[in-house]
Amino acid sequence: MTIQQLPNIENASPATKNIYEVDTFVKSNTAITEEYRLLILEAPKTILNCQPGQFFHLQCPVTRSHQPYLRRPMSIYSYSQQDCELQFLFKVTGEGTQALSELKNGDTLNVLGPLGVGFSIEPEWENLLLLARGVGLATLAPLAQEANRLGKKLTAICSARSPNALMSIDYFKDMGADVITITDTEGTSTLDNMRHIIELKISQGAVDVMYTCGSNRMLKLLQEIGNLHSLPGEIALEQQMACGLGMCQCCVRSFNRCGVITQERVCREGPVFKIQEAMPW
Amino acid sequence: MVNLKTKIGELILKNPIMPASGTFSEDLAEVLDLNKLGAHVTKTITEEKRCGNPSPRVCEVSGSMLNSIGIPSKGIEYFIDTVIPFYSQYNVPLIVSISAQTSDGFARICERVSVPGVDAIEVNISCPNIEEDGKAFAMRPSTTQSVMTKLRSATDLPLWAKLSPNTGETIEVAMAAEESGADALVVSNTMLSMAIDIHSRKPKLGNLMGGLSGPSLKPIALRMAYQCAKSVSIPIIGCGGISTVEDIIEYLIAGATAIQVGTATFINPNAMVTLLADLENFLQKQNIQNISDLIGSVRDEDATDDVVFMETAP
Repeated sequence: MTIQQLPNIENASPATKNIYEVDTFVKSNTAITEEYRLLILEAPKTILNCQPGQFFHLQCPVTRSHQPYLRRPMSIYSYSQQDCELQFLFKVTGEGTQALSELKNGDTLNVLGPLGVGFSIEPEWENLLLLARGVGLATLAPLAQEANRLGKKLTAICSARSPNALMSIDYFKDMGADVITITDTEGTSTLDNMRHIIELKISQGAVDVMYTCGSNRMLKLLQEIGNLHSLPGEIALEQQMACGLGMCQCCVRSFNRCGVITQERVCREGPVFKIQEAMPW
Repeated sequence: MVNLKTKIGELILKNPIMPASGTFSEDLAEVLDLNKLGAHVTKTITEEKRCGNPSPRVCEVSGSMLNSIGIPSKGIEYFIDTVIPFYSQYNVPLIVSISAQTSDGFARICERVSVPGVDAIEVNISCPNIEEDGKAFAMRPSTTQSVMTKLRSATDLPLWAKLSPNTGETIEVAMAAEESGADALVVSNTMLSMAIDIHSRKPKLGNLMGGLSGPSLKPIALRMAYQCAKSVSIPIIGCGGISTVEDIIEYLIAGATAIQVGTATFINPNAMVTLLADLENFLQKQNIQNISDLIGSVRDEDATDDVVFMETAP
């Protein structure tokens, strides 16, 4: 299969252009749990110079039963320039994701990206702790890959409703992570238990930085723990978007920057922000 | 080679395609070459800093969208120090969209943005969000006249009045804007609309109501562009629901001298550049040398005498 690129890639204004609107092709689109699907796309190398935590804005197909109009932002689950591959892990929740779930092998999907500011890994951070639940794990997966590449030590606390609903455990293990699973059905996913596990890791000197995604509950917990132990952290946030490029001002959220409440665009200044600057909602 | 040049008063545009205010910013330079556009039109700015409306600020309706972004603004100083210099890198006319809550406020900001690097001022007298219940200057000829008169004495730059579909007096408002010194009309802004989630029974926008844009708005804005072109002698800039080259041609035939692309850029960030190529191809295929040959070429002479000419409702 050959990759078609829109003419704009070649005719670009070279000074600033590093975001691409291109067609990709579906290599596979499969259910991996009852709720989640993995979409693997064949994509041009040019667009795969990504950072963990960045996202693409997907033009979901219009079908007889689903007519999404706006693009849908989705964080990258995996990217590889070598394989010309871009992967998304998503939960079918609405018009856009339903339309995505119907994509067949060989279908075209127009994507815009890579977009936003991703996670940072400072050289002095040797021990990374990841905490996420559900689709939040997808957002943290490329971070685990990058940490592995940099030879960092990694602890991944993966939360889910039940053991069957746990995802990407093998993926995190392959990245050399010490994986701790917590679930609702086993009664291990409570705030108290999460706090206990993280405090234990900190006491063992196994945490220099904490990363999380999406959840208000986890944000508050990591803010508390981070304050207590003076640990830095980063969170990837979600917000409804229209353009995804920063033009429309749809996706703003409030942040606390040194005591001043500011409005920042999740698509542009984010989606990754400092944990202590994010505001619980 | 077709000639895409068009004139808005004294201002010559290399092509008739420009962005609609609020759907364009410096950020788009990372996707396309901003030098290709006929003009650059900024997001509306206000004199003071503003936060904008509560979330959710956008929702989709079938094939179109509603927005209640409001007018978040970093204020005039930031705009003059940062935004104008950015656009000065490009060899493209810069159109600055302004808004205020009062006529005097409009005149003040108009004077302050009348600086080198700015080629025209678009007057957003029609944004449905800024005043209570969506009321705006452009809803009535009298308020249009009073604000445009003040603006006219505040600047020597061309003034483009952006009209609103939220009026039953399109022609009267257009004529009031022309009489009080507008150099062109942008037709039009978004239409006040609403959507409700039937499960939560909550309005889908944090601001309860917002402006409809996208393909659903096109027949309404096209009708207004036609009415305005028939009623005034200043140029009309068509705006509303344009996403294909056929839409552009339709607006030109209705009487628009140039057009603005808005919501389509949210769906396809390259839309304006793609449309420019499509427009050139279309004109070549049709053997039309100048786009001016299309402007206002609508064949409405066969309409029967009993057509109620340009009434809002049939």
